[in-house]
Amino acid sequence: MLRIEYAYWLCGLLFAVCAIIDARARRPLHTAFWGILAVVLLGGDAFEAMYAAGDKFADQAVGVGVIALALLAGSGKLKRRAVDDDASARERSAARFGNTLFLPALLIPLGTLALALTQPWLHIGDVAIFDARQATLTALGVTCVLALIAAMWLTRATPAHAGIETARLLDALSWAALLPMLLATLGGVFTATGVGAAVGHLSSMAIPADSRFACVIAYGLGMVVFTVIMGNGFAAFPVMTAGIGLPLLIQQHHANPAALGALGMLTGYCGTLLTPMAANYNIVPVALLELRDSNAVIRQQWQTALWLFVVNIILMYFFAFS
Amino acid sequence: MNYWPLLGVVVVVLGFALRLNPALVVVAAGVVSALLSGMSVPDLLALLGHTFIGNRTLLLFVLTLPAIGLLERAGLRERARHLIGRLRQLTFARLLISYLAVRQVLSMLGLLDVAGHAQTVRPLLAPMSEAAAEKIDPALDDEDHQRVRAMAAATDNVGRFFGEDVFIALGAVLLIQGFFAQNSIDLDPKSIAIWAVPTAIAAFVIHAIRIVLMQRRLARKVRDAAH
Repeated sequence: MLRIEYAYWLCGLLFAVCAIIDARARRPLHTAFWGILAVVLLGGDAFEAMYAAGDKFADQAVGVGVIALALLAGSGKLKRRAVDDDASARERSAARFGNTLFLPALLIPLGTLALALTQPWLHIGDVAIFDARQATLTALGVTCVLALIAAMWLTRATPAHAGIETARLLDALSWAALLPMLLATLGGVFTATGVGAAVGHLSSMAIPADSRFACVIAYGLGMVVFTVIMGNGFAAFPVMTAGIGLPLLIQQHHANPAALGALGMLTGYCGTLLTPMAANYNIVPVALLELRDSNAVIRQQWQTALWLFVVNIILMYFFAFS
Repeated sequence: MNYWPLLGVVVVVLGFALRLNPALVVVAAGVVSALLSGMSVPDLLALLGHTFIGNRTLLLFVLTLPAIGLLERAGLRERARHLIGRLRQLTFARLLISYLAVRQVLSMLGLLDVAGHAQTVRPLLAPMSEAAAEKIDPALDDEDHQRVRAMAAATDNVGRFFGEDVFIALGAVLLIQGFFAQNSIDLDPKSIAIWAVPTAIAAFVIHAIRIVLMQRRLARKVRDAAH
């Protein structure tokens, strides 16, 4: 059975290859950075099993690794490498291969789609091929391998070429590749240290509870602001709904919980469009698309977010109280 | 209640305002917040490590890089531009609005990771959008190139987020249901998902209008330059 853990190991392998290529090019800080990530991804399963058995040592060592990663990123020495940009060679190559170049690239989304939709029926004997847990991401892992094989076959490239290209892209992404994981970690730390509860407590003290409109606005704004801080609507939802949604809007003003919950979460998503803390959506693409302004994606999103916020507040105020 | 851990939030805000390295700021904020909550250093390290490992799914986009890297070296992005240049009917707005629709529908089916910034935006959608914008303004300047690429990324985000909640068996709806269940309110996931439909439609309409406005702005710039 194909499990998501295999995809993690594959990912760890890529980081290890990148670390080796950087080591050969005498970039010791890059090597350390990707090396730590390789260890975390290759050993993640074993570390989680140790933690479950009550042994925290491995997780503490990873904790030290996380701090080391942050210091490496903060040192400013993980300079993005200049890419040897041979545009004319790429133009010639593009003309030679023609539209067949799209086939491996489209294999990733279309193959993932096909596998994700058919996976409940894919069996060998009685054993399901895909673990139902995280099946889409496991399917993504499989199609990425298939796309790589197709791309190597098409362009007559060797695995070594693929390794060099991966290292080029990873070094171009640099610490931005890691930021989503660090932010999710911060979300976990904030929850564990009671930051969420404190914010909910403070904001519920500041609201004129008798006005339904004021409560709706406070809940909506609270979802946006807390999502902007945490970078994630999922982190904001339990805090704001426990602080404002449940006691004021549902119990006092009799809101419909299903409507309030759905619209509250979607209001939080407006915040996701506004914040650099949602790094995988707003910062990783800045690095991937080589944009100069680190807020370039947010600049294209804020108006959509603002209008959607207004729509959500109107829907909540007029339709969530039946 | 202990309010001191809130200083971790202050560290985040200050760090971003001072434009320090975000990775450093984020880890520093976690350490500050944990220490002020009275956590011991070994527990802090274990918490950092454990949550970090628990979120490693977020690195899986890296798996797309070997294939995408090879294809880019072989001219994938150049070919994507070329293709859009030849398809006369496919304007900038039509391209991005179609992508938005497809992305929203995929999200509604729970297929969030089928598309994304690494999988589809960088290799395909961004160069195609640039080529489509160049059909309006052949002398598209660098600033506008950057804006068009950013708009491609923004369109992927909007499509992803405002389709997701309509799917019943996915994170958001289950989180909402779970939260209310803990507070003794039992909800059918379908009743939650149905409330995400109006916002999904609004997101499509609003963002589509903004894409059309961007196309008009590009066209107006060309007209103004001609006078």
